[in-house]
Amino acid sequence: MGNKTLALADVASHVESGMTIGIGGWGSRRKPMALVRQLLRSDVTDLTVVSFGGPDVGLLCAAGKVRRVIYGFVSLDSIPLDPHFRAAREQHGLPVTEYDEGMFVAALRAGASRLSFLPTRAGLESDVLRRNPELRTVASPYDDEVYVAVPGIRLDVALIHLNRADAQGNGQYLGPDPYFDDVLAMAADRCLLSVEKIVDTAELTATAPPQSLLISRLFVHHVVEARNGAHFTSCEPDYRRDEAFQRHYARSAADPDAWRTFTEEFLTGDEDQYQAAVKSLRTLEGAPA
Amino acid sequence: MSDVTRAEICVTACADAWRGAGEVLAHAVGTVPAISARLARLTHSPDLVLTDGEAFLMSEPPPLGGTAADGGVIEGWAPFSRIFDILNSGRRHSMMGASQIDRYGNQNISLIGDWDRPTRQLIGARGAPGNTVNHRTDYWVSRHSAKVFVESVDVVCGVGNDRARAHASSSLRFHDLGVVVTNLAVLGYDADGRLEIRSLHPGVTAEEVQANTGFPIECRSAPPTRPPTAEELELIRTVIDPKGLRDREVRS
Repeated sequence: MGNKTLALADVASHVESGMTIGIGGWGSRRKPMALVRQLLRSDVTDLTVVSFGGPDVGLLCAAGKVRRVIYGFVSLDSIPLDPHFRAAREQHGLPVTEYDEGMFVAALRAGASRLSFLPTRAGLESDVLRRNPELRTVASPYDDEVYVAVPGIRLDVALIHLNRADAQGNGQYLGPDPYFDDVLAMAADRCLLSVEKIVDTAELTATAPPQSLLISRLFVHHVVEARNGAHFTSCEPDYRRDEAFQRHYARSAADPDAWRTFTEEFLTGDEDQYQAAVKSLRTLEGAPA
Repeated sequence: MSDVTRAEICVTACADAWRGAGEVLAHAVGTVPAISARLARLTHSPDLVLTDGEAFLMSEPPPLGGTAADGGVIEGWAPFSRIFDILNSGRRHSMMGASQIDRYGNQNISLIGDWDRPTRQLIGARGAPGNTVNHRTDYWVSRHSAKVFVESVDVVCGVGNDRARAHASSSLRFHDLGVVVTNLAVLGYDADGRLEIRSLHPGVTAEEVQANTGFPIECRSAPPTRPPTAEELELIRTVIDPKGLRDREVRS
């Protein structure tokens, strides 16, 4: 079994301009933000981003790295809309493929199974079909029903973040919801998994049940240790969403000058500098670190 | 009870929408719908299945606005991946919002304006297309206005009665629009699938509703929306929503 650990600084060398990348998590929950921040620091561009979107989508849009977004929604959960994504749509007409959430799941499951499509009722007679004219319907061979044939999505790269993994790429989630990270990993040619902590294989099941092992090394190409790597989104039970920071992000995003300051403070340095800046912001505000 | 608030009228009107739903997963988006599902569960619809809005099904619901981590009794695990399986199975009933809705119940939460360059990007279609072809769907509109009730929605997310009825195959046989509850009235659909007023909240006139609706609406002989019972008021005020979150969504 090979050692698949990768330094965070080397992540961007596995993502090329023009690729289709899937990003795990859901809204503003367990997003692989450290991996996303590495993309922000790189010169990669022209990405097709596939995501149950949160600030991952917003940040990549703000950095001008996105060609198209394929999504079920884009939301920060406690703040309904990501301001950068809104601006990209309203001011720059960013192209999108907006699916019903269930259609989006069907697309990922089809991709994971290497199927051309999966049939679903979701989307029938809605404008999701009219606005995405490449979508087709399919007649059932068994009765008179008609379904939406959601095309399978294959990803060049999937980026996901979990609580723990071993160095061989066996990934474990300890929070309440796996989201669709396992499906993304299976739908991707290569999966980069970041985790809060890399541990010995035996340690994975020492205190948590085997059912928490969400992703097998079969589907993981590289493992990156990134403490606080989902910040400012949640990574239960290791930490909750940093609501104060998220508000700071959304407020800054609404104003070009404030955004420049935010970028200088948090995004121009490396990940260690980001984490240090977050810590010092907390100290300034008197919040517990 | 003269001190009943408009928010409490809305809560019981929404709670009545769950009546008779049976053993289904109540999917309630918004504060008033969330309170209403809990109220229905504690009164006339004990079989309803509630979630904490995260990954857990709750036999004793967590505090309003909280998750299983804040209390309550977990009776099942339903992460997002399983939610889609449940909605495909039909064992679900949604009450969700509408940024726009037309006379046939076509609903929009995606964007306002042009698809390629919207004036206002909203949350996205989310689950509305799938909900409306798979199980009963009601809508909750906290501010009834002509901007919400429009001649024609910019994007059809939730499928309306006209489209569902025009569909040629049997694939839309589970399409089932129930009611639209607003801060002014309860609306249902007539035999032709068009919105009509079922009841006006106490103090609301037919003229007020028509003035705030962007298409002609049948309001004749609409009775007043029923007030909460003493038991319902007690549950709303002391058990389900002691902090009065309902008043932030609907002002009296």
